[in-house]
Amino acid sequence: MADQIEWIPLSVFVFFFALVTVMGFMAARWKSGAVSEHLDEWGLGGRQFGTWVTWFLVGGDFYTAYTIIAVPALVYAVGAYGFFALPYTIIVYPFVFAVMPLLWKVAHSKGYVTAADVVHGTHDSRALEFVVALTGIVATMPYIALQLIGMGVVIKAMGLSGELPLIAAFVILALYTYSSGLRAPALIAFVKDIMIYIVVLVAVVVVPAKLGGYGAVFAAANDAFTAKGGDTGLILKPSQMLAFATLALGSALAAFMYPHTLTGVFASKSADTIRKNAILLPAYTLLLGLIALLGYMAHAAHIQVSSPNDVVPMLFKALFPSWFAGFAFSAIAIGALVPAAVMSIGAANLFTRNIWKSYVNPDITHAGEASVAKIASLVVKVGALAFILFLPTQYALDLQLLGGLWIMQILPALVFSLFTRWFRAEGLLLGWAAGIGWGSWTAWSNGLKPLATINFGGDSYTFYVGLGALILNIAVAAIATVIVTWLSRPAQRGAPARS
Amino acid sequence: MWILLLLPFVGLLWVPFYNFLEPSLFGFPFFYWYQLAWVPITSFLIWLVYRSRKPDEA
Repeated sequence: MADQIEWIPLSVFVFFFALVTVMGFMAARWKSGAVSEHLDEWGLGGRQFGTWVTWFLVGGDFYTAYTIIAVPALVYAVGAYGFFALPYTIIVYPFVFAVMPLLWKVAHSKGYVTAADVVHGTHDSRALEFVVALTGIVATMPYIALQLIGMGVVIKAMGLSGELPLIAAFVILALYTYSSGLRAPALIAFVKDIMIYIVVLVAVVVVPAKLGGYGAVFAAANDAFTAKGGDTGLILKPSQMLAFATLALGSALAAFMYPHTLTGVFASKSADTIRKNAILLPAYTLLLGLIALLGYMAHAAHIQVSSPNDVVPMLFKALFPSWFAGFAFSAIAIGALVPAAVMSIGAANLFTRNIWKSYVNPDITHAGEASVAKIASLVVKVGALAFILFLPTQYALDLQLLGGLWIMQILPALVFSLFTRWFRAEGLLLGWAAGIGWGSWTAWSNGLKPLATINFGGDSYTFYVGLGALILNIAVAAIATVIVTWLSRPAQRGAPARS
Repeated sequence: MWILLLLPFVGLLWVPFYNFLEPSLFGFPFFYWYQLAWVPITSFLIWLVYRSRKPDEA
């Protein structure tokens, strides 16, 4: 990578960064409401976002900067297998359409702000509420750290060295998130998403034209994989198919369990807003599919990188004039700000509502909730920054991978009660523990790989650990529910309801 | 109508359906354009279900 500062892309970058900074601070007064007086205002933007704002906001925080760096990097390195992100971000929408409007209705009617609020309200269990909140916070922290990595990659591509630019960018982000709450990323998401759409549409037209068309792009990638060998290629090896499908399904089920995606859901105006978004959000998935192909275009352009994460910045530097490369880098960096802000808000909401309010100050006022959440969001961001500055990058990647596995384990507690009240809190708690325990142990003992292999009737099957853990979780929850129901039957007569 | 929501799961999670290079389209091997085609199809299926449901309060 060049160590020389590239002034033209850097100027473009500074311009757009300044623009969104001003927007971030002005956002406090957008769709007016006093952000400091109620957590619904700071943490959910006033629960008033309509179809378009929600489309930009959820699109902006679900398709993160790290995705734009990491998906093409994986596709560049291994080929078809990296494409699991595409079926994942398609099948997530039928799930969103069927489930999220019901969740929104519960949250809206009871004034819930977080997933753990919903779980506490429906199961009346402090323990279950606590583990759901803890899972959300712990799974989100490394995800924020990954956004910093995404931003760091493009800052490095502009020739800036050292950690100071990254720290400065993050401090500014922390300040306007503190003052404007969810309104800041919602407003900035408009800029971010439009920039990303421009970059990708230009890239998918111009790059193949320069490289001899899509046929040539795929052929170049195929040659690279033939030379490389192993589990790479333009289509999946038979042994990869189950892993591909279970990764897609597992990731889709986990996606809307995260605090940042649920914050987008709870902040919307109506259940119908969410339904319309399930129809409209796949536009971003089309974009993601095209972004993934940048990995193959890099092969056609003969890009050689030391770290696969540099594939996208190197490709833009090699094929575009420096001002457009700067525009693309700005888009990616701003693309890191939106999810990082929403993630820290989601985690702060969990901390405020389900840890601070539940255990420290149950009589907290609405204004008190807002100020605790604002401070919590700062702490979360400083934590993520420290993580990146003081620990090896690999830790953040490993933890984020485990985070996906962990966050999936709250699904039974959060979602099942929307359809059936049969499951008992004790069972769901045990199921959660079994899923987290088995999943973490399996991933750990496989060298932090998300895949596990079982042998069955002489054949071996490799699958995504997270999905295996979720199945175990549901089975344990069901068995424990049967046992607890049976045990508590004689006690039910005359005894007060369980707490 | 809600059964339509299961079609993307069937079409995309049963990988042997589409793990082929041919027929290609505009230079895209089948594996790629098949999956990309499911994006608008899924939107359309969700829209059909959306239209068929009884409008509720929200």
